[in-house]
Amino acid sequence: MDLLSASAVNWSRGQFALTAGYHWLFVPLTIGLGLIMAIMESLYVKTGDMKWKTATKFWQKIFGINFAIGIATGIILEFQFGTNWSNYSWFVGDIFGAPLAIEGILAFFLEATFVSIMFFGWNRVSKKMHLASTWLVFVGASLSAFWILVANAWMQYPTGMEFNPDSVRNEMTDFWAVTFSPVAYNKFLHATFSCWAVGAAFVAAISGWYLLKGRHTDFAIKSLKIGSLVGLVSFIMLAVTGDGSAYHVAQKQPMKLAAMEGLYKGTEGAGLVAVGMLNPAKEKYYDDVDPYIFKIEIPKLLSLLGYRDINAFVPGIADIIEGGYLLPDGTTSLSFQERRERGLKAIQALADYQTAKKEGRDADAANHETILRENYAHFGYGYLETEEDLIPNIPLTFYSFHLMVMIGIYFILFFVVMLYILYKKDMVNSRWLQYVALWSLPLAFLATQLGWVVAEVGRQPWTIQDILPVQVASSAISAQNVITSFILFALLFTSLLVAEVTIMVKQIRKGPDGEELNT
Amino acid sequence: MITYEFLQQYWWFIMSLLGGLLVFLLFVQGGQSMLHSLSREEDEKRLLVNALGRKWEYTFTTLVTFGGAFFASFPLFYSTSFGGAYWAWMILLFCFVLQAVSYEFQSKPGNIFGAGVYRNFLFVNGLLGTFLLGVLVATFFTGSEFMMSKGNIAGLGTVGPVISQWQNPLHGLELLGNPRNLALGLAIFFLARTQASLFFVNRLSHETLEKRSRKFVLFNGLPFVVLFLIFLIWTLLADGYAVDPVTQEVYLEKMKYLHNFIQMPLVMVLFLLGVVAVLYGIIRTVFSSSFKKGVWFSGAGTILTVTMLLLVAGYNNTAYYPSTVDLQSSLTLQNSSSSEFTLSVMAVVSLLVPVVAAYIFYAWRALERKKLSLEDLNSDGHAY
Repeated sequence: MDLLSASAVNWSRGQFALTAGYHWLFVPLTIGLGLIMAIMESLYVKTGDMKWKTATKFWQKIFGINFAIGIATGIILEFQFGTNWSNYSWFVGDIFGAPLAIEGILAFFLEATFVSIMFFGWNRVSKKMHLASTWLVFVGASLSAFWILVANAWMQYPTGMEFNPDSVRNEMTDFWAVTFSPVAYNKFLHATFSCWAVGAAFVAAISGWYLLKGRHTDFAIKSLKIGSLVGLVSFIMLAVTGDGSAYHVAQKQPMKLAAMEGLYKGTEGAGLVAVGMLNPAKEKYYDDVDPYIFKIEIPKLLSLLGYRDINAFVPGIADIIEGGYLLPDGTTSLSFQERRERGLKAIQALADYQTAKKEGRDADAANHETILRENYAHFGYGYLETEEDLIPNIPLTFYSFHLMVMIGIYFILFFVVMLYILYKKDMVNSRWLQYVALWSLPLAFLATQLGWVVAEVGRQPWTIQDILPVQVASSAISAQNVITSFILFALLFTSLLVAEVTIMVKQIRKGPDGEELNT
Repeated sequence: MITYEFLQQYWWFIMSLLGGLLVFLLFVQGGQSMLHSLSREEDEKRLLVNALGRKWEYTFTTLVTFGGAFFASFPLFYSTSFGGAYWAWMILLFCFVLQAVSYEFQSKPGNIFGAGVYRNFLFVNGLLGTFLLGVLVATFFTGSEFMMSKGNIAGLGTVGPVISQWQNPLHGLELLGNPRNLALGLAIFFLARTQASLFFVNRLSHETLEKRSRKFVLFNGLPFVVLFLIFLIWTLLADGYAVDPVTQEVYLEKMKYLHNFIQMPLVMVLFLLGVVAVLYGIIRTVFSSSFKKGVWFSGAGTILTVTMLLLVAGYNNTAYYPSTVDLQSSLTLQNSSSSEFTLSVMAVVSLLVPVVAAYIFYAWRALERKKLSLEDLNSDGHAY
């Protein structure tokens, strides 16, 4: 069977990565700042201190600039499932469409409605109603994140569904299994805390800048206190939920875990690479070249993270392809070739089922259906050709993962020091920390982007784990068309990003309104 | 008894209603397309931008929800139309991206391009957003060139694994070659402008703009009525895409959409009621200089008219997304919907819609207790 042209598929992937990457520059700030300004407004309503109101309004202004472009980039993402991933849309739309629709109905309207009260309602609704609106904007944004992460988690860990050979698609059988899959809520928590973390790092950076300039000192200290607290909690929770992610990846996507660690040959009691450099001379998964130029390992930690057992066997890339090791459920793992054969069998059985049905041979159809169901767990392997097709980009996954973790640990230390100096020492005169706060901001954005690189590059070639690889998920559209739209979006988003950043910088230079804050 | 068929019909109703709401809310786009022609001075422009700027997110969110709900309820449409009429949808989305940043950015210092560029973005969104949506809605009646075969993914057939294959290399731009599509596209454009004029009459506390808006109701209302009638009469007399309820075979039926109206008298009555309400809103605003409630009549009328028109496209054994190159590839409520389970889950979710509607109503009221004037803008911290 002819698959889609690799070039068209890759450009569609590129376009999705581009739009998702841009979108995720703005979303974390929306959710993170949303929380911080809601806390500030609560303090204003509770204490009546106008300084909190001024602070709230300042962060709200920044929020608004960022919110607009977040919406702009978001709409493309949703419709792209249809425009560029048309087969995907039918093959799993019965399950995947629901969270997207619920996101629209329950989350977007909440956000859009109360954001207008938040912006325009200061003089039109009561103080308490306004506060409620600010919180509801945060809740709406978080709910939206929840539903889209439910959808994403389902792609990584398909559950609550059954294949229907008549409609030729997967159909939902258990809504709660989809919504509260352990992968989904862990992913939601991890992504949400990363948003809070970015918001906190942002507030810390801007406040640090004001302190450096000797402007708005009181405002900056107030913001830093809230921001640092949110930041420390978030980064600690990122570590906790990151551990949850590792556990789920080990169970459901062992290839992704192997890629994250550059692990080619599995071992019992596997260590976690703390620092390492991959060997570019490693070309084949089966050659004898050492995959690392150097590495420093924390013994046994990978087994512990992945399987909650310091001596557990962690399969490497070669093991996953060659099969034959014992899985946690007691069965022996199949090799790539075995899975591919079973995938081909499933696809053929589906074709035979369809033909038999059309010709009215119901008994034959029932037989084919049985074969299909027996082999369906390997369906997607039938579309892959070689072992290499199963391996994601190792360096990209490996370095993204390790850099993300390092930045996370760095920020925990950063916020501990920040809180210590804020409460025990003289923050106003700790210029070095103000510099550090300012220049740490790009790291926060980098880390949250890298998280998505690990999640999405690491799961290649699958759009739906084990069921649907990218090359059968895409639309029947030529590469030229996708390249054109890719370039259009790249130009548009880049120029809008530049505009956004310069607008923000102007607003930040202008500073919070209200004379009482100028010291 | 809630059957699969009932759920499919129910979801088609919801989609039709969302479509109706969306077309009504396009008044924001209509207003954007008149920013330059309706205003003479900067202050007037600012007032228009701010009046629309408090509403644009509803239109935008409705569009996004319309997409999401279509995905959840009729995924094969999502797959076929979006992946096929690629450029029609991409250009539409592109100009909505432009809109989303323009309100917030246009008056902010440091926006690089200057207010004029962002207002031109709003104009582009107003022009293309309405027109293209109208063209795409028209294809529910006029059809598109695609083949659909679910066996493709299992290697049946010779065209590769993709289930829906668009046959025209222009990927959606060819829809502009059909005069009936153009008629509805332009009709929706002028309708949106008419509604915007009515909205300004209702919302603005500004004598000059109000007076000019009343004229604009007439200038845009007339072409709207003419173009809409052309589309409507043409469609009623044209062949339609009927589905045999037993065999599911799609065939051409003479004057199918006229028959649908006749065979569904309630739909016809509500449709006509909607048309009358739109006309009433327009005519009374034009002739009575003190009448300001035109937008409510024409708005409710628009929702009703469009909803009923979309019901006619899908109900009464009709293929709602027809293929002109292969009748049997056409999408029907039966062959393109989600499973019974998913439709019922989503039906439960849809029961929450009144709650959503209630808080939107509350927010709208809270912000619109009084009309918008220039003084408000100058005292409001978040004015655009």
